[in-house]
Amino acid sequence: MGQALALPRTVELPGGGSLPRVGSVDAVALEARAGELAKRSIKRDSKIFALELAIRMMDLTTLEGADTPGKVRAMCAKAMVPDPAEPSVPHVAAVCVYPSLVPTARRALRGSAVKVASVATAFPSGQAPLDVKLADVRAAVEAGADEIDMVIDRGAFLSGQIGRVYEEVVAVKDACGDAHLKVILETGELGSYDAVRKASLVAIAGGADFIKTSTGKVTPAATLPVTLCMLEVIRDVHDETGLVIGMKPAGGIRTAKQSVQYLCLLHETLGPDWMTPDLFRFGASSLLNDVLLQLRKQRTGIYRSPDEMTLD
Amino acid sequence: MGAVEKKRGTLAATGAWEYAPAPESRDIVAFEERYGLFIGGEEVSPRSRTWFPTISPATEEPLAEVAQAGPKDVALAVDAARVGFEAWSAWKPSERAKVLFRIARILQERARELAVAESLDGGKPIKESRDVDLPLAAAHFFYYAGWADKLEYAFPGRRPRPLGVAAQIVPWNFPLLMLAWKIAPALACGNTVVLKPAETTPLTALLFADVCRQAQVPPGVVNIVTGDGSTGAHLVRAEGIDKVAFTGSTEVGKAIQRELAGRDIALTLELGGKAANIVFDDCALDQAVEGIVNGIYFNQGHVCCAGSRLLVQESIHDQLVRKLKRRMATLRLGDPLDKNTDIGAINSKAQLDRITELVEAGTEEGAEIYQPPCRLPEKGWWFAPTVFTGVAQSHRIAREEIFGPVLSVLTFRTPDEAVEKANNTMYGLSAGVWTEKGSRILWMADRMRAGVVWGNTFNRFDPASPFGGYKESGFGREGGRHGLEAYLRFA
Repeated sequence: MGQALALPRTVELPGGGSLPRVGSVDAVALEARAGELAKRSIKRDSKIFALELAIRMMDLTTLEGADTPGKVRAMCAKAMVPDPAEPSVPHVAAVCVYPSLVPTARRALRGSAVKVASVATAFPSGQAPLDVKLADVRAAVEAGADEIDMVIDRGAFLSGQIGRVYEEVVAVKDACGDAHLKVILETGELGSYDAVRKASLVAIAGGADFIKTSTGKVTPAATLPVTLCMLEVIRDVHDETGLVIGMKPAGGIRTAKQSVQYLCLLHETLGPDWMTPDLFRFGASSLLNDVLLQLRKQRTGIYRSPDEMTLD
Repeated sequence: MGAVEKKRGTLAATGAWEYAPAPESRDIVAFEERYGLFIGGEEVSPRSRTWFPTISPATEEPLAEVAQAGPKDVALAVDAARVGFEAWSAWKPSERAKVLFRIARILQERARELAVAESLDGGKPIKESRDVDLPLAAAHFFYYAGWADKLEYAFPGRRPRPLGVAAQIVPWNFPLLMLAWKIAPALACGNTVVLKPAETTPLTALLFADVCRQAQVPPGVVNIVTGDGSTGAHLVRAEGIDKVAFTGSTEVGKAIQRELAGRDIALTLELGGKAANIVFDDCALDQAVEGIVNGIYFNQGHVCCAGSRLLVQESIHDQLVRKLKRRMATLRLGDPLDKNTDIGAINSKAQLDRITELVEAGTEEGAEIYQPPCRLPEKGWWFAPTVFTGVAQSHRIAREEIFGPVLSVLTFRTPDEAVEKANNTMYGLSAGVWTEKGSRILWMADRMRAGVVWGNTFNRFDPASPFGGYKESGFGREGGRHGLEAYLRFA
């Protein structure tokens, strides 16, 4: 990324180019639209397609203080072969871990196409000096992370220091090198869809490859309306600049039905071009088994016992 | 910036995703082969001895035969309503309320059946009959049930009395919902009714007759006569009516008004519209697009208050139209019973012809037409969602009610100009204003000559809110406390 893109008028940032006007979001209508799309009825072949796609788009995640190498190795095995009894089930997109566990994940995933994503920048609060955050990022990249999930400094954003948020994203993008950058807005702390829209534009202007809703440590995490709000930003950015930005809802997505609702939202907002793991991810720790169960139900017509699914 | 540098991700996916058919089961509704008239609490065979088929506009399949009520049938129905009125108007108001509450609850219990029937007979998408028509119809009965024993409080210091027998004629766009708008306040005020459903959509009214039996509505309080326009004319001319309530075209509304001249009969008319949906450049754009789509493509545009004239501030015209066209391409047209259908069938061949004629006039007069790629089913009557840009106030498509999924886009520069253009129509039923500025919504609402002005939303209804027109959109109000007044006299 060469020159930084500027936000118009309302946000003072250096550089030329133009992003969509910050504009505004009407909460009532946004939530109504998301609710409408959640009622789409997805059946048979289109459901199997959606469930398999949801697996291919999944960032299988563990972000606990109690994470151990053993836990991460088990999760990596699951990521590569989600359903040992059904070899046709695809592998997930990535595993998402803390920086200290990146080497473990890297080794466990050797030879597979599953990517390693690492949270960084003093996750989940983002409340640390910039040089500490950047060191965090560099360490994760050096340890072999393909993707970095950073958090924005919500304190700075909410106190009106938009420029500081922007500059941090620029600096982190630089520290990422070739690694993909996902920028977590922590929408549950931003207070309004207007703020989510503004933060999305700041993150994209700063160099985000993906924008992501949540850390999973704050309630509410991902919701359909907030995801729709961010997808609309991505659509506006693409319209006006040609930039192609990805989206990752994370936290609170636990059921196959929810994942299909998110895919309907994606399909009817950004269209088939975005229906790929390169541009859409689910951040989830417990979603995979429910998707696997539903997939078996679709294939065999029978609901299987949850005990048939491995817990990793 | 170079093209390569622009792309952070790449668009190379082939994520085409077809939704498999998801039809609502029609087993839940069973139509009789042939229906009589509902008079005096019983199904009676028509004296006219004629019937006609009612068909599904999506498939052209006949669903049932319904009676063509003649003058004698109408007279019998009015007589039954007169007899019914003597008893019903003397009922304790709280007992009348109970009957209305029962109707409301039965509508909720039978909601799925009635929704499927509505979509079959009228062609509207099941998601609309299920999520809009039925819940609102039940809500109207609940709402007016609550007023039945509180009329003195609605009009303090005046002594409200029922009018008598109300002749009610409803259109085909919201058959059951319009029935509810008519019957609920009439009954709550102590009147009895003779209702004539539209020629093309009589079935939910006939199912409603069964709801009345279930709810133990006393004989003669609700009478339903089916037929074409001539039945409506007989009803308006009938001896013994005290009130006419009509929803439908301005043309027929005027004919009714002429017919009633010199007779002591109360009249309310809810007629056509050509609503302006006004979009300012500071609005929430994506949500405004949703509102525009809902405003004109809801129920295939068969909505008297449809936002059929889009007035866009010139500075955002191109961006808005681009967003709108893209959104239109995602609308799913087809089987009304499919849960994923956004646009159903056009209600009748006659209506399709009228839409087609006006759209041709739009093209001839020089407006630019856009229709998203969309495959129309072979059987039945269909019209693709359509938008015209470059429309002038003088074009027919900007002046005449099309009553179909056709939007005309005009532009304005200042709020004053928006008001002028919005009011420059013979109609005045509704309007929409889209802006982030609350004060501007109020400023606009003060100046619009329209019965309803929606702010940052469209086509939103609530039984507590009055609805009705200015100018050629009619007079009288339905809904809310105002809606009671249309069925009362004050002693």
